[in-house]
Amino acid sequence: MKRFIGFVRKEFYHIFRDKRSLFILFGMPIAQILLFGFAITNEINNVDIAILDQSNDIETQKIIYKIKASPYFNVENQIEKERDIASEFKKGKIKAVLIFEPNFSKNLETKKVTFIQAITDATEPNVANTIANYTSAIIQNYQAQKKQPDTNQVKVVVQSRMLYNPELKSVFNFVPGVMTVILMLVSAMMTSISITREKELGTMEILLVSPLKPFQVIIGKVFPYIFLSIINAIVIVGLGYFVFKMPINGSIFLLAFESILFIISALSLGILISTISNSQQTAMMLSLMGLMLPVIILSGFIFPINSMPLPMQIISNIIPAKWFIIIVKAIMLKGVGIQYIWKETLILIGMTVFFIAVSIKKYKIRLE
Amino acid sequence: MFSWICKSISDYKSQGFSKPWRFELNKKLCDFVSSWQIIMEKEKIITVKNLTKKFGNFTAVKGISFDVYKGEIFGFLGANGAGKTTAMKMLIGISNPTSGEANVAGFDVHTQTNMVKKSIGYMSQKFSMYDDLTIKENITFFGGIYGLSRSQIKQKITQLVEELELQEVANNLVGSLPLGWKQKLSFSVALLHEPKIVFLDEPTGGVDPITRRQFWEMIYTQAYKGTTIFVTTHYMDEAEYCDRVSIMVDGTIEALDTPKNLKKQFNVEAMNDVFLKLARNIE
Repeated sequence: MKRFIGFVRKEFYHIFRDKRSLFILFGMPIAQILLFGFAITNEINNVDIAILDQSNDIETQKIIYKIKASPYFNVENQIEKERDIASEFKKGKIKAVLIFEPNFSKNLETKKVTFIQAITDATEPNVANTIANYTSAIIQNYQAQKKQPDTNQVKVVVQSRMLYNPELKSVFNFVPGVMTVILMLVSAMMTSISITREKELGTMEILLVSPLKPFQVIIGKVFPYIFLSIINAIVIVGLGYFVFKMPINGSIFLLAFESILFIISALSLGILISTISNSQQTAMMLSLMGLMLPVIILSGFIFPINSMPLPMQIISNIIPAKWFIIIVKAIMLKGVGIQYIWKETLILIGMTVFFIAVSIKKYKIRLE
Repeated sequence: MFSWICKSISDYKSQGFSKPWRFELNKKLCDFVSSWQIIMEKEKIITVKNLTKKFGNFTAVKGISFDVYKGEIFGFLGANGAGKTTAMKMLIGISNPTSGEANVAGFDVHTQTNMVKKSIGYMSQKFSMYDDLTIKENITFFGGIYGLSRSQIKQKITQLVEELELQEVANNLVGSLPLGWKQKLSFSVALLHEPKIVFLDEPTGGVDPITRRQFWEMIYTQAYKGTTIFVTTHYMDEAEYCDRVSIMVDGTIEALDTPKNLKKQFNVEAMNDVFLKLARNIE
């Protein structure tokens, strides 16, 4: 035990004396969560648009007022001729043009149908999509008000309610995602680098010649990172809770348990990487390419898994991060207990056991 | 008679070997004493029989056999790739022999690896202390993993810092020390737990001649105290300092004797020529 404490103390000296690793450990989580929380949002605000009103009557004016009144759009200018549209877009200031057909009100009264065209700048597809949706929402709203009460048409209105995240805050998605990425990064990358560093420096040899058993060496190296990862998880959840008002509806103990489980599975992946790489650089590349990218792309953090092609969906199942994100969202947003997420938890446990078994086996082979 | 010689040696030691002739004289005395010791005691501390290591189809060590006696400085020589590092790794318990037997400090390397590890010290060719820890922290750490108590560690720190005259830099990071100091420090750290045998793997690589000389003085002092020294080197002048020398070529031990006898046997002036003759014959 005394040996173990000495070993861990040494490990902390390494961490606290290396400014780079300190930055990765503590700077990154905070920077990432703030970045994702504040800068990367799917909502749009104050988008500049232009309007080409070919009829300029009372109905079109009403709609234009409505659009002007919404916080989403900012009507930059009115275009007079159709051929100016292209040059307006080329200037780059406006993101969309709304076109009202000639004789708008008249058509509405006589033909009962009229057209508004929304042209959007799809160089940014997400923004374009959102603009189109918002525009049609505003116009539908106008339509609903316009409807005469005496019309005896059958009316179907969809009332949608956004469960668990009524305001559709994207930060609710990013907090679990960033937490997963950071825990993966800290646990897997930092441990694999710190173990390979001992190999590179030749101190690993000295440790193996000493009476310490190989597994004691590994546990000694890994332990500080368990501790630091837990602190990181607390910082991230804390930031989400206090800064971004992300609720924690479920049991905080269950959340802690699942987080520790995920940390251990990431650590065992880190050990696995360190057994197959001989230099810090290889370890870093392996962690970045082999872990970070799949975690970001295939975990459902940024891109929804359901809309991926089938092979990708199947691959995503072997990524521990996918299951962890599901678990964290379920606990924090839905407030569910273990009875709803035991399957995911079991999968995580199974993966952890598998990684540990493989790395023990690899480690022994290397010692030969 | 015996004790008188030893005492005179220790007197010399306390004066330091600032002059080369003193070093030579001391070496001769030590040679004399160790030959006495060999004759009188001949206590085997390492016995190796038919030790073999195979990596797939390649046999790195081909059934070597030799003995090392207590308190001697045993030179383990060979060209790069001759198999000496592999052989040494089996003796220090970090590589399992494919076949054959080896007994180190009374323990079998197959079955009692952990006891072997406790009885030996090891210093590798790479400098292997932590650059980002201070001298004191390094000593504390390595003392700790060998199970020394806190008071023992404290005492060792004071002793080491004094012996190596590191008082002023004891709280500096090891990374800031010159290589020569680092090597001397690593040697002392390898001796922290007072092992019976110390394995030195090319300990003086890249070190200047003065430091090399000082380093060998430390080795002599330690051997005189009864610690067995097992050393690999590429410097043939260092081979001359050893009590006995083995030369490994292509996985087998081609020669093993005192440097004096080896030179006589091959009819040459220096160990360098012995080595070249052996290596060439094989090619």
